[in-house]
Amino acid sequence: MTEMLAAIWRYRFFIFSSVRNDFRARFARSSLGAIWMILQPLAQVAIYALVLAQVLGSRLPGIDNKYAYVIYLTSGILAWSLFVELLSRCMTIFVDNGNLLKKVVFPRICLPLILAGSALINNLLLLLATLGVFLIVGHPIDSSVLWLLLLVPLTLAFSLGLGLILGTLNVFVRDVAQVMNVVLQLWFWLTPVVYMPTIVPMQFQQALNANPMYWIVSSYQSVLLFHTAPDAGHLTLIAVISLGLLAVALLLFRRSSAEMVDVL
Amino acid sequence: MSRDVLVLNSVGKAFREYPSQILRFLTWMGIPVRNINEHWVLRNVSFRLGRGEAVGIVGQNGAGKSTLLKLITGTLRQTTGDIFVNGRIAAILELGMGFNPDLTGRQNAIHTAGLMGFSQADIMRIMPDIEAFAEIGEYFDEPVRTYSSGMQMRVAFSVATAFRPEVLIVDEALSVGDAYFQHKSMGRIREFRRQGTTLLIVSHDRTAIQALCDRAILLDKGEQRMDGEPQVVMDYYNAMIAEKENNAITSVQLASGKVQTISGTGEAVVTSAALFNHAGEQIEFINVGESAELRVQVEAKADISRLVFGYLIKDRLGQDVFGTNTHHTGQALEGIRAGDAVEFSIRFNVNMGAGAYSVSTALVSTDTHLVNNYEWRDLALVFTVMNVDRTYFVGSNWIPPSISITQS
Repeated sequence: MTEMLAAIWRYRFFIFSSVRNDFRARFARSSLGAIWMILQPLAQVAIYALVLAQVLGSRLPGIDNKYAYVIYLTSGILAWSLFVELLSRCMTIFVDNGNLLKKVVFPRICLPLILAGSALINNLLLLLATLGVFLIVGHPIDSSVLWLLLLVPLTLAFSLGLGLILGTLNVFVRDVAQVMNVVLQLWFWLTPVVYMPTIVPMQFQQALNANPMYWIVSSYQSVLLFHTAPDAGHLTLIAVISLGLLAVALLLFRRSSAEMVDVL
Repeated sequence: MSRDVLVLNSVGKAFREYPSQILRFLTWMGIPVRNINEHWVLRNVSFRLGRGEAVGIVGQNGAGKSTLLKLITGTLRQTTGDIFVNGRIAAILELGMGFNPDLTGRQNAIHTAGLMGFSQADIMRIMPDIEAFAEIGEYFDEPVRTYSSGMQMRVAFSVATAFRPEVLIVDEALSVGDAYFQHKSMGRIREFRRQGTTLLIVSHDRTAIQALCDRAILLDKGEQRMDGEPQVVMDYYNAMIAEKENNAITSVQLASGKVQTISGTGEAVVTSAALFNHAGEQIEFINVGESAELRVQVEAKADISRLVFGYLIKDRLGQDVFGTNTHHTGQALEGIRAGDAVEFSIRFNVNMGAGAYSVSTALVSTDTHLVNNYEWRDLALVFTVMNVDRTYFVGSNWIPPSISITQS
């Protein structure tokens, strides 16, 4: 463990410069550059808002703003996009960097850290855009937004833990990433991002409560939309699960590392 | 002991094939699994590299060279044995790999140096050197996608060798790039070696191996076949690539202490080879510029439809000086019968520098020994060129000049 931390410290410049290059490369060939990182999720919000606001009704209980649904949607997508970006990139992290891993020796722990770094920057930009949208629609931003300082790291840890487990398995069984792409779509619709949890029939409420992404998304929604503190029980559970996933990921990674390059 | 920078102790590598990936995952949990297929690509390789040594790794494709290098650099892990490395290993393998085409040469150089584990301060300090060594001018700050492959190679080489490593692995990179940069990069490699870097060179190029290495290791089908003087190993390797059925390779220790390698199917053999001067006396020493005659007696042991005789003069480092054959001169013999004796007489001027030379002979059917190799005999003859009465000069060629000097 200390060895790993020492390696990270020694390669800190590489990690930093990789995140920067990741960012730079996106600016390089498109005229709008980084704007696309914000535009895509915002476009998604706009589409859902247009289509679903009519179906679901635009008013939310307890919120006196005609754009309440847009705020609800944006809060959920802020959480979901961080999760999905990290998870899908982690799943193919070793396969994508196969050539590098075969040719150059460097601490492999750098790779997920680079991913986490660039996903965080993307998410930060999206957060700024989201807050911008709130200002435009006249939704107040208060101190409860500070909860994000806890929520973002928790989402990060959860996605990274799950992603690295799947990423390691995906090196040996490439179907994992394919299957997960389908699972992720399903998962999105099983999580109350575009709809309210109240519309879920009673018999499925139990299942909904077992979805960790529901805990995360609903925490974002409480903080950003309702200005209330998130459910402490959910947060604790998420923290425990994330740590567990990260521990399993590390163990799996250690055990597999001798054979990983053989099959890349 | 402390002088060894790299030690390999009976290193072996097997790729494991599991009947099912589930079984692979079970082995990680420490559950023993049967039916694992082990495919050994390298077995029992042991050698030590001392500080400042230059060692060549030769072998045919699939002999295990790349796997060995990956084990040494550490990207692959050995299945058996131990590898000890004392210092930093740098590899010039597939130069420019990992360059992002959208970033500039400078940004890629910084990134790659970071990947090698250097701190920002070290990298920034060395950047001017990298830029100067690459010599690509203003292109250094242009995106790499606008580079020619040669320019990309220049930047990659400059970064890979920006810091002197304890062990430098050079893989086929010697032949990349333009002639000017090749000389420049070879110069840097030689300079590293003077400062104590150990070189590990993988190449099929006999000249490169013999010019640079003091030792060569021959790999064949994953096994270490030879570890010795480059010339001996290269002769053996040369014989090996022509190896076919009935083809025996023999290595004979000559009285001079050198090792002669003879290979071939034996349909024709060289019975004697000797050098004569213009007076017809057999000699071992000859003056620079004198005319000489090489006489080679050949005996056919079987009927041969086409016989080509070739010879190759090599200098003391085993580098080719001159070689040709009767296929190229249009003098191939047809329809040789078993028992026929043929004498080849080759007259030439010894326009060579002082030193020891050897002659290899080849009896083949076409212009190469890879089709039918009746006999290939290295060190068939050894002779020494002495500078008795010519103006002093260095080098393996005698190119007598006429120098005129104008003083104003």
